Amino acid sequence: MNLRRDVFQAIAEPTRRAILLLLASQSMTAGAIAANFETARPTVSKHLQILTECQLLKQEQVGREIYYHLNPDKLKGIAEFIEPFRRFWDDRFNRLESLMKEYDPDTNRNI
Amino acid sequence: MKLKTKVHAEDGMQELMITREFDLSLELLFRAFAEPELVEQWMGTRVLKLENRRGGEWQFETADAKGKVVFRAHGVIHEFDPDQNIIRTFEMENASFGVQLETLEFEKLSGHRSRLRMHSVFQSVSLRDAMLKLPFAQGINMAHNRLQEIIENLK
Repeated sequence: MNLRRDVFQAIAEPTRRAILLLLASQSMTAGAIAANFETARPTVSKHLQILTECQLLKQEQVGREIYYHLNPDKLKGIAEFIEPFRRFWDDRFNRLESLMKEYDPDTNRNI
Repeated sequence: MKLKTKVHAEDGMQELMITREFDLSLELLFRAFAEPELVEQWMGTRVLKLENRRGGEWQFETADAKGKVVFRAHGVIHEFDPDQNIIRTFEMENASFGVQLETLEFEKLSGHRSRLRMHSVFQSVSLRDAMLKLPFAQGINMAHNRLQEIIENLK
């Protein structure tokens, strides 16, 4: 399993969420993004890589520079953070379903 | 991909609706909510009290591996109609989500298919939105705890 490609894993990290907020209104180069953080430049690069891998960010080559911008389609999927909530209940209900499929009403216990 | 569990939470409203269809008969589905041993298994919590009658109380509690209680919730059952509906209040202790009014509607789709509609009304829009974000916040905490464990093991 590649957790790095999981969107929710990606946005669980405060710096990465800060990067997303920063890019909400503009496209920026890695250098310009890193200038906003006290974190070391390679760390910011790593965050950018992760966000790009899970498609929250898109790269665009402009001359010699690479600009990062938000991928609105992907972001829409996590708007309002409903998806983790939905998953939370989906997991529970999946457990309920498999539990009850094995359940024997006559003996009142699981087979 | 068709989602089995759907969450409908309209912007600016203080309610939410969770809908789920099960490959289970209506009777089996309802039983999963009525019997403490079953609730414990799928909810992953301890059931301290579950008085299935009008005016009855319920209380759930979850502890971590070290026995520390990390979640406790309670409420009063307002209506309990087997295979039809449960109306109850829900309040998480030591949390700031207020009290919710929950209506659980159980519906038969066929002999082995059923549907649950869980409607929650919050005391305000912001409390509802805070609750929606909770699993997200827990995810962060869990990631944080795992990190802490790794660091402790390094010592």
